[in-house]
Amino acid sequence: MSPDPRPDPLEGTSAEPGVAKADPILTVSDVRRSFGGITAVDVDHLEIPRGLITGLIGPNGAGKTTLFNLLTGFDTPDKGTWTFAGEDLAGVPAHLVARKGMVRTFQLTKALARMTVMENMQLAAVGQTGERLLPALLPSLWRPQEDALTERADELLVRFKLDHMRDQFAGTLSGGQKKLLEMARALMVEPSMVMLDEPMAGVNPALTQSLLGHVKGLRDNEGRTVVFVEHDMDVVFDISDWVVCLAQGAVIAEGRPSEIGSNPAVIDAYLGSSHSEAPVQRRKRHERRAS
Amino acid sequence: MLVDILVDALRTSVGPTAAAYALLAIGLNMHFGFTGLLNFGQAGFMLVGAYGVAITVSTFGGPLFLGVIVGMLAAVVLALLLGVPTLRLRADYLAITTIAAAEILRLLFRSTAAEPVTGGVFGLRQFGGAFFALNPLPDDRAYLGPLAASAGRMWVMLVGWSVVLLMTLLVWALIRSPWGRVIRSIREDEDAARSLGKNVFAYKMQSLVLGGVIGAIGGALFALSLQTVQPDTFLPQVTFYAFAILILGGTASTFGPVIGAVIFWFILGMLLSGLRTFSDAGLLPEFFGAQAVGAVSLTFVGVLIMSLMIFRPQGILGDKKELQLDVS
Ligand SMILES: Nc1ncnc2c1ncn2[C@@H]1O[C@H](COP(=O)(O)OP(=O)(O)O)[C@@H](O)[C@H]1O
Ligand SMILES: [Mg+2]
Repeated sequence: MSPDPRPDPLEGTSAEPGVAKADPILTVSDVRRSFGGITAVDVDHLEIPRGLITGLIGPNGAGKTTLFNLLTGFDTPDKGTWTFAGEDLAGVPAHLVARKGMVRTFQLTKALARMTVMENMQLAAVGQTGERLLPALLPSLWRPQEDALTERADELLVRFKLDHMRDQFAGTLSGGQKKLLEMARALMVEPSMVMLDEPMAGVNPALTQSLLGHVKGLRDNEGRTVVFVEHDMDVVFDISDWVVCLAQGAVIAEGRPSEIGSNPAVIDAYLGSSHSEAPVQRRKRHERRAS
Repeated sequence: MLVDILVDALRTSVGPTAAAYALLAIGLNMHFGFTGLLNFGQAGFMLVGAYGVAITVSTFGGPLFLGVIVGMLAAVVLALLLGVPTLRLRADYLAITTIAAAEILRLLFRSTAAEPVTGGVFGLRQFGGAFFALNPLPDDRAYLGPLAASAGRMWVMLVGWSVVLLMTLLVWALIRSPWGRVIRSIREDEDAARSLGKNVFAYKMQSLVLGGVIGAIGGALFALSLQTVQPDTFLPQVTFYAFAILILGGTASTFGPVIGAVIFWFILGMLLSGLRTFSDAGLLPEFFGAQAVGAVSLTFVGVLIMSLMIFRPQGILGDKKELQLDVS
C-alpha cells in the first residue's frame, strides 16, 4: 500500500480498551447481553473510527458475532446504548439499521440460493419503487430505476469477478464465491459502514488475496468504514488500521496492529482459552474452525 | 363404460370446483411457494369467502357484489389476525395457528348460537340468483359437446376460469417485479433480507393477505357454483387437497396451480366415477359402496403426495435444478 498522504486520523490515540477516537462513526456504551448464565457481550465503551478498517479479534466464543447481532438489530441487549453517525440505534429494527447505512454480513454466508447472482445484487438496492405492492404492477414506474441498479450491480460483479456467474443460481457458487457475493451485495445497499463477520473463513487462499484487496478498496476508494472479524492474524495485521480484542464479551485491548500482537492481555486471552492458539502464530488453514 | 368414466373425469377436471381449488392453490403458492409461509388453514379463507357471499345475500338480503367484497374483506381481517401475532415468530407458529383458526371458524359457523346468521349445520342456500341472472348464455342447449354442461354450469366455469386466469396473471406480474424479488428473498433467508434493509414482517403480511384473499375468492366461487354453503365443506383436508394440487402442479411455478388443479380433479374424478360405475354394476363388495367416496379421495391424495415426493418432487412445472440447491 502506498503511504497515505492524509494525516493519520488515529494520531495520538492511546492503546487502551475503550479509548475515545477523534472521529468515531459508531460509539457503543455499556452494552450487555447474556444467554442464561453466560455473559456473551459486556462492552463498557467502544468507538469505531470513521473511514478506517477496524479488525475485531478474540478467541472463539468471545462474543464477536453476538456484538454484531446486537449492533445491527438482529438481537436485543439486556441493556446498553449505541449511536451510529450521531443517531441512537438501540431498539431500531434490523432492516432500518441497514437503511441507515450500517450493513453486516454473516459468519455463515446467507446467499439466497434459489435466486440468481444478479437477483441477489438487485435485491439489495434500497428505495426501490417497484418493491411497493401497487407500483410493482406497473413496470413503467420502476423499469428505469431497475435498469440503473442493474448497471451498478453489473459493475460490482465485474469488480468482484462474479460476472461470469451473473445468471446462475447463487446456490451453485463455491463457498468463497458466496462470501464475495455477500460482500458485493452489501455494497449495493451503499452503506457508510460494513461489518464483515469472518469474511475469509472457508475461502481458498487464492481468493483470500482478492477479498483482502476488496476490503481495502472499501476504505481507500470509497471512504467506507469497515469492521471485520478475522482469525488469521497475518490478515488482521496486514489490512487493519486499528484492532479491537474481545474476550469473554469484554474489550480487553485496543491498538494499532503493531501494538496488539505484543499486548500481554491479548496473548493471555488466546493462550488462556482452551480452543484457540496465540494470535501471533499463524494458524494453518485446515486447523481453523468456525466459531 | 370406460369412455363414460373418462368423460366424467374430464367434466370434473374443468368444472367449477376445479377452478375454485385452483384459486385456493394460487393463494397457497403465494404463501408457501413464493414467500415460504406455511398456511395450513386455507380452508378458513375459503370459508370466509363463501360465507361472505352467503350471509350477505341470504341472511341480510344484500347485493351479490357486496357479498363478494365482504368475503374478501373478511379474508383481509383473518390474515391480519393470524399474521400479527405469528409472523415475527418461527414459521411453525403460523402453521399451527392457521390450522387451528380454520377449524375454530368452521365450528363457530356450524354452532347453534350462530344459526340465525350462518344457518348452523345446514348452512345457507339460494344466494346466487343475481349471479345466474347475469348469465348471457341461452339455456335451451347444452355446452361443450360430450361434457354436456348446462348453461348455468357453463357460466360458472367461464367466470371461474377467467378469475383463475386473472389471478395467475396478477401473481405472475407481482412475482417478476422487485416486490416479488423481496418476497422470494424472504423464502430463501429472511435474515439476509433484513440485513439488506427489507421490512420482512410487512412483506409477509402482504403475502398472507393477498394469498388469503385469493383463497376467499375461490370460496365465493365454490359457494356460487353449488348455490349452497355448509360448514362441513371446509374441513382441514380441503387445505391439504389444495397443497396436493400445488405440489402436483409445481410449487413456486406461476401456472402450476392451474395445471395441478385440472390434473388433480381429472384423476380424482376418474376414481370417483369409476367407483360409482363399478358399485352400480354390483362389482364391488358392499362395504365399498357410496360411503367410500370420502375415504377414497383421502387415500388418493395421500398416495399422490407420497408418489410426487418420491418420483417428481418438483411437480409438473417445477424446476428440478432449483429444488436440488442447498438452501441453507
Ligand atoms: N443464541 C444463543 N444462545 C445461547 N448462547 C449463545 C447464543 N449465541 C451466542 N451464545 C454464546 O455466547 C458466546 C459468544 O458467542 P459468539 O458471539 O458467537 O462468539 P464469537 O463470534 O466471538 O465466536 C458463546 O459462549 C456462545 O456459546
Ligand atoms: Mg462468531
